[in-house]
Amino acid sequence: MEQLINFLSTNMGMIYILILSVFLGIEVISHVPSVLHTPLMSGANAIHGVVIIGAIIVMGQAEPDNYLALTLGFLAVILGTLNVVGGFVVTDRMLELFKKKKKQ
Amino acid sequence: MENQILQIIYLIGSITFIIGLKRLSHPDTARRGNLIAAFGMTIAIAGTIFLYRNESGESFSSTNIILIFIALIIGTVLGVLGAKKVKMTAMPQMVSLFNGMGGACAAIISVIEYQHHFAVGEYGYMGTVLAGLLIGSISFSGSMIAFGKLNGNINDKTIPGQSIINLILMAALIGTGAYLTTLPEPNMMLLGVLTVGCLIYGVFFVMPIGGADMPVVISLLNSFTGVAAALGGFIYNNQVMLTGGILVGSAGTILTILMCKAMNRSLLNVIVGSFGGGATSTAAIGNAAMGTIKEISVTDAAVLLSYSKKVMIVPGYGLAVAQAQHACHELETLLEEKGVEVKYAIHPVAGRMPGHMNVLLAEADVPYPKLLEMEDANNEFNSTDAVIVIGANDVVNPAAKKNPQSPIYGMPILEVENAQNVIVMKRGMAAGYAGIENELFYEPKTRMLFGDAKATLQKLITEVKAN
Repeated sequence: MEQLINFLSTNMGMIYILILSVFLGIEVISHVPSVLHTPLMSGANAIHGVVIIGAIIVMGQAEPDNYLALTLGFLAVILGTLNVVGGFVVTDRMLELFKKKKKQ
Repeated sequence: MENQILQIIYLIGSITFIIGLKRLSHPDTARRGNLIAAFGMTIAIAGTIFLYRNESGESFSSTNIILIFIALIIGTVLGVLGAKKVKMTAMPQMVSLFNGMGGACAAIISVIEYQHHFAVGEYGYMGTVLAGLLIGSISFSGSMIAFGKLNGNINDKTIPGQSIINLILMAALIGTGAYLTTLPEPNMMLLGVLTVGCLIYGVFFVMPIGGADMPVVISLLNSFTGVAAALGGFIYNNQVMLTGGILVGSAGTILTILMCKAMNRSLLNVIVGSFGGGATSTAAIGNAAMGTIKEISVTDAAVLLSYSKKVMIVPGYGLAVAQAQHACHELETLLEEKGVEVKYAIHPVAGRMPGHMNVLLAEADVPYPKLLEMEDANNEFNSTDAVIVIGANDVVNPAAKKNPQSPIYGMPILEVENAQNVIVMKRGMAAGYAGIENELFYEPKTRMLFGDAKATLQKLITEVKAN
């Protein structure tokens, strides 16, 4: 119990961000027309690729002799990049189609 | 100093994510929104590589930075190639695949953190690390199965008592995770077992779910990965990971709930993993009252359409598979030239993803105002002379309204039977993706036009031109 309270109080700032972000996420998406659901899902998919920051931190701090961390970290950065780059490019491709039509 | 600058970069990154998501919700600003978020992501990544300092103020070693760049380049090349080459019809699979990559990334981070920063008694920290592993690996294997299913490599499979097995497995996984936090030293063996267990759970989770429910699953797994990323934010005390992850986590959950509502399922049902495939076994009920089907020739169909005042097109996954969106648009313009009013009725879950049809039709340059959402379309069917259903099935199945035994009972549908005439284009009499019969095909006013959607549409275009 004491552990839990300690954990909560040391991370209080983060918990505030968490709670506010939850409501922000709900607020932002509730006005999306269904036309844009697929691009939005794809865009959100790219944004959670932010997990790559963690992979970079792990990889950057891996000691030269810690092969497990180096190998896994390397793999994690590749996977994270795929998520980010692939996600944004696919979203852009979808939205490109919408834009082309607007000109007509 | 570097760390302070990095904090500011993270702040900017978080703001771009919020603005990006906000802009993604309007057709006019969506593309810019995506680019803004991509920009934020780029500076956050670059900032982390060059400005990150650990507790003792050290930056990354240059060897590691080089390795990071190599990994970034490999990922970028593969990502761009994959994203550029994929066909518009295969979009949902691709999103699922990329989502799985993010989940795997989160799981790997947790494995390394567990080994590297093992802390006795720090239950909160260790719990966060293990939760990241749990959610990340479930999201990974689940997404891979969803990818395989949408790609047609994997069929639906259900083990009897699947939902109970899933619940027990979930409880065992959480139990193992909790036990791991209490150990005095790292136990990589048990961590491996936990990881494998999570991967299996992900497979079990998606395996029995029927294709019609796949959009819900992808959306849910998307929000899972978001949560996993946010847990990473807790591990590293990193705000941009936290905001980015949670935004996606909550937005994805809301999207999932909206989709569940559209399909008349509860979210609990989704989490327990017992819908879709499991329900199809009871689907045979209620076929008795069906009559005979009536076919229509292409020529007759062309005449019917040419002399209608108002035609409504109902596209479905069949249109996507046949890549028939351009032919569909051509038919539409041709009919418009003849003075026929043509509109499209879009069911929110037509295709394999919400908005799937919109993306496809946008590719074929169909103007926005012609796409009607379900409620608007349902108000107009009464005054519609002819409806063309192209490769759609479950979203126009009247059983959703009439037959309480049907697995899709309660799902809102496009009420095409209210129109004067219904032409159904289909490859054959196979059931829809939910695996159930459709009595619409046996209605007196329904005429079937069998064949590949694209080929049939092209024949129809030729005939309409000749009229």
